[in-house]
Order: sequence, then structure tokens, then C-alpha cells
Amino acid sequence: MSDHEQQAGPGLKDVLLPKLYEIFGISYKHTLYAAIAEFEDGPQLVEAGKRVREAGYTKLDALTPFPVHGIDDALGIPKSILGWIVIPIAFFGTANAFFLMWYTGAYEGPQIPGCELIGMCSYPLVIGGKPLFHWVFGLPILFELSILFAAFAAVIGMFVLNGLPRYHHPSFNYSNIRRATDDRFLLVVEATDPKFKGEDTLALLKSCGAVHAELVEDNVDEVPEMAERATL
Amino acid sequence: MANDPRQHPLLEVNPPLVQGPQTYHAITQAVSEISEGATPRKWYILTGITGSITLMLFGMLTWLVANGIGVWGNNAPVYWAWDITNFVFWIGIGHAGTLISAILFLFRQKWRTSINRSAEAMTLFAVACAMIFPLFHTGRPWRAIYWLGPLPNTDTGMWQNFRSPLMWDVFAVSTYATVSALFWYVGLVPDLATLRDRATGLREKIFHAASLGWRGSARHWRNYEMAYLILAAISTPLVLSVHTIVSFDFATSIIPGWHTTIFPPYFVAGAIFSGFACVLTLLIIARWSLNLEHLITLKHLENMNKVILVTGWVVGLAYATEFFIAWYSGNPYEKFAFINRAFGPYWWAYWTMITCNVVSPNFFWFKKLRNSIPVMFVLSIVVNIGMWFERFVIIATSLHRDFLPSSWGYFRPTYVDICTFIGTIGLFLTLFLLFCRFLPIIAIGEVKGVLAEQRNPAPGVHTTSQVVDPKFEPVALVSNGGGH
Repeated sequence: MSDHEQQAGPGLKDVLLPKLYEIFGISYKHTLYAAIAEFEDGPQLVEAGKRVREAGYTKLDALTPFPVHGIDDALGIPKSILGWIVIPIAFFGTANAFFLMWYTGAYEGPQIPGCELIGMCSYPLVIGGKPLFHWVFGLPILFELSILFAAFAAVIGMFVLNGLPRYHHPSFNYSNIRRATDDRFLLVVEATDPKFKGEDTLALLKSCGAVHAELVEDNVDEVPEMAERATL
Repeated sequence: MANDPRQHPLLEVNPPLVQGPQTYHAITQAVSEISEGATPRKWYILTGITGSITLMLFGMLTWLVANGIGVWGNNAPVYWAWDITNFVFWIGIGHAGTLISAILFLFRQKWRTSINRSAEAMTLFAVACAMIFPLFHTGRPWRAIYWLGPLPNTDTGMWQNFRSPLMWDVFAVSTYATVSALFWYVGLVPDLATLRDRATGLREKIFHAASLGWRGSARHWRNYEMAYLILAAISTPLVLSVHTIVSFDFATSIIPGWHTTIFPPYFVAGAIFSGFACVLTLLIIARWSLNLEHLITLKHLENMNKVILVTGWVVGLAYATEFFIAWYSGNPYEKFAFINRAFGPYWWAYWTMITCNVVSPNFFWFKKLRNSIPVMFVLSIVVNIGMWFERFVIIATSLHRDFLPSSWGYFRPTYVDICTFIGTIGLFLTLFLLFCRFLPIIAIGEVKGVLAEQRNPAPGVHTTSQVVDPKFEPVALVSNGGGH
């Protein structure tokens, strides 16, 4: 059966798997990803970043063990837009809290048909002669739910903006990548950069004081059968 | 002034925050190897002890559920007793973690970086201990989810009473627990990536998944720092709101001794006071047993002692204000409640509280005592004993004399009360020991950021580290310009 399929043409597996790898960021192509250079401290990295950018490169990134001051300006990385995501979601949280307290405790109009089946009808109840709804007693919960929504927005938004979680990234193929979370500062010039020219770019990076620099491939060490296909 | 830069007088005033070898790798090594090496025998012994105490907690809670909350000593007129005392006690301890991670972050207090991770972990564990009490005082915790959370139900179709401060409390505490956990995890992600890159095999895979594939890209750090700033900015009002709302549980009632407007700030100050004391207790043990003295320095501990001294005085002022207002209000019930608090049947609890909370922090006026490990260790425990008594005094003394002498009483805890409380201490310590064993106890990335500033100070800023850092030419220090 499987022999038949293979002869007949690409099976489901051949179409689906590459798609899945693409979605999860696992590359199966032997293409050049970037030139990566290694520096010993933040200031050297920033200095090198400035020089590479002055040379006209635009597709730049840095991999550092902690946020290095000045690297964003040196590489031309724009400001984070996270705040603009968090603010509306925080107000959405406020609105949710308002609706929750008002609908469950103060809504006296006609019930939504079928709400009793899922226990979601409103149930106004006078307690202690207090009004059914008032923003003053609602304040603590309005505040808490706004904060809760904002916190989730900040954390999930940050990871989504960063494209995380992600299982694999081509920069992990750099020989000394493990020290990028320890004590090394990596400067990445991506191969898609219009000015990128393999050995020339490497030479420029080395002239900026890199202790090591190499061309990194976007390859398939993790998925051997895919590697075969890529070379065919 | 001596010629040797290491003897510079400024170093005594403002020592560098990262001591020991001034390399990034040394920090990675010092923190990571704690979780990488073989488990030390003393860890097994300690965890065995605290784990047994935790088992006692589970036993007590099972006993409670099987028999009903009559196994506790709460009864007319003291319907709220140790359960809420312990709840407020643990929630209060949790406050230090968020204060260190959020408020000190906004104030650019660089010394927070060595202690924020463990303080945040402590917050989570303290809140977990706290939540046990409101959950189990319902007697039927599996049903409590319908009483506490606004979940649709087809049994009664009823909803929570959002006019009640107890309901506000549910939202405040659960939001606080959730946001603290998020904050803690966001801080952990880069450090988990550091651990991943040092590990192999299954351990690497676990940390790879837990760090979500973090690679430290500059673009990621930009969003990350923004997320951290936002979390700090929203956690700051959050942490102040939590104990404020906890205090509303009391302040909105009409019980003399509870019905006071001073409660919110008084509770928040007390929470920070006890929380810092608890962080201090744990860190003194941790830095000593895990060889982290060069990262959690005496300077860090001294700063915490100063916070304890200040908040101790705020708490003392609050006690005095309560008494003054009780007299000044002219309300006979209020006056009685306070005189009875100090000289009534619970006088011993009141004076324990005063001794521990108002008298004992004053030792920290003296620099020698502020820098003495044994002194601060003892005082940090004394302060927490005092803060537990504060909550007990507020709760029990206000309730045990009702408006009518016919409904006067005296609360005595049962063994279940006592063992449950001790059990939560066991749970707290067990969780903290597990944290110390398996996760980076210090924020590796953040401490490296502080070291980077020490190594490469901004132009024009002379930091004390320039004097001790062998990489720097010793410079003539005019003033401690930027400072820490």
C-alpha cells in the first residue's frame, strides 16, 4: 500500500510534514541563514552593531544573555508596541467586570431564553438595603479584573510578538550558541539582507573585533529524512 | 585615604552589588550549579522534615473535611479566629515579593535583582498557604468554587454578592496569585534558557520547553523589557490593593476595633514589614547554605533591614493612632475595645505584638546590628511572630467581647487549629526547598545587567566598582556620582 503511494506521487506525509515543520519553525532546507559574530561584552557588540549598520546592512539582530543598553538604537530596532495591546485589553477587563456585576446582580429585564438551562440567568437580590449596582462597590472588582486582563495581555502579547514559543530557530545552529545565554554577545546579519555577501560580511564582522564569526546554515540536523530530501 | 583601591572608604558606604569574580560566566555558574549538581544530603533531611509537616497539614485538612469545621476552636462569639489570622498572615508575607519585584523596579533600586526571584517565589508559596484557609473554612472546598467564583450554576441560579468585601477579597487574592505567578514566570524564562543551554538530554528538553525556545534576541528583549515594565506598573497598585481589600473585610463591618479607616494603609505597611522579615529569614539561610554571599551581599540584607525599620515604625504609629482615635472619637464601645485589647484577657497577645513589632525593629537603628547576621536572623523571626500576633489581636480581641456581656467568650485553639497552621509553615518551606533545588534562585540575567553597569559605567558616572574591579584602572573618586 505504502509502496503504491510512494510511486504514485507525494503522499500526505510528504505534503503535511513540511507544512508542520514550517508552522513550528523547523526548517528542512539547506539555505544560508546568517553570518553570526561573537563578542565578549555589551559595549563591543553595540560598537560593532553601529559599524555594520553604517555599512548599510538592515536585517540585523543580536543574541545576548541580558538586555544590552543601546543595542536597539545601534541596530535600528523599533520601540515595542506591547503597551498599545495591553491598554485596550485592560479596559476590556474593566468592561467585563462591569458587565458581570451588573448583569448577575442588577439586570431586571426579560431573561434570555434558555438561560436557566446553563444557570446563567440574572438574579437581582436586595441585600442590606443596598442598591443592586453602583460603581462605588464595584470599584475593587473593576480594578482587579482590569489588572488581571492587562497582566495576561502583557505576558501572552509579549510571547506572541516575539514569535514564541518556538521549538527551533536557525540561530541555534551557530556553533557556540549555548554561550549566548551565558557570557557571549552575538551579532546576527541575516542572509536575506540585500547587502549580504557571505565572506565579505564575515570579514566586516571580524574587523569589528569579533572573537569568532561564522556563516550559519538553516539546516535539518534534527530531521534526517528531510535532510535527504533537501539535498535531492 | 589609602592607596590600595580596595581600602577605599567609599566601599564601606556603598559596596558594589556584585562581588566576587567580575565575569558573567561566574554568575551563571554560581546560580546554575545549585540545581545541576547532586542533591545534597542536607536537602533530603530538610525536605523530609518539612514534607512530614506538610503531610500533617493534609491530614488535618482531611480531618476537617470529614468532621466539619467544628474541629476548629471557632465558636460564638469568636467565629473568625485562627483561620483568618493565618490567612491574613500568609497574604501579608507574600507582599514583600511583589514589592521587591515591582515597586523597587519602578524606583530603579538595582539591589533588588539578587533577591527578587526568591522573594517572588516566596510570594507564590505564601499565597498558596493563605488560600488554604478561606477555601477550607467553607467546610466543603469542592463546592466552594460555586460560592467564591462567579460560575453559572443550575442548582440555585444565584450569584455572588458583589457588594460584599469578602467577594472583593476573592477577586483581589486570586488576581494577586495569578499576576504574581505570571510575573515570576516571565522573569524565569531567560534563566530557564540559560539552564537549558548548560544541560543535556531530558533535562535540556524540559528546560527547552519551559523556556519556550527563548534565544535572547534583541527584538525579544525589547518586548520583554516592555512587558516587565508593564507588569511592574500594574503590580504596584495591585499589591497595595490586595491588603487594602483584605482590610476591608474588617473595616466595612461595624465591630468596634475593626471599623476604622486607618486599616488599609496600616495593613499594607504591616504586610511589607512581615514580608521583608520573611524574605530575610529565608535568604540568610539560602545565601549561607548555597554559597551565594557574593551575590546576596550584606548590603542587600542591610537595605532590607532599613525597610523593616521604616515599616515597623509605620505599624507602631498605626497602633498609636488607633488608640488615640478610640479616645478622641468619644465612642464608649471603641474605647472599651482598645482598653480591653491592651489590658483585657488577651493582654499577653497584645504586649507580645508590641514587643515584637514596635520595640524589636529599633535595634536596626545601629549599623553594627543592621549588619550582624545573627541579630537580623533572630529579629526577622521575632517580627513575624509579632505580625502573626497582630492579626490574632485584631481578630480575636475585637470579637470576644460582643455588645452584650451575655455573649462574651474566650477563644482557645484546638490541636487541629495549631497543627493546621504549623502544617502550612511546612508546606511553605517544602515548596521553597523544591524551588531552591530545581530553579535558578537568583535572577541570573538581571544580576548580569547590574554587573554590566559595574563593568562598563556610563560616561561621567563613577561607581564604587571601578575601584575593586581588576579590569579597571583605579580612578580617583571625586564623588559617588551615579551610585546604585
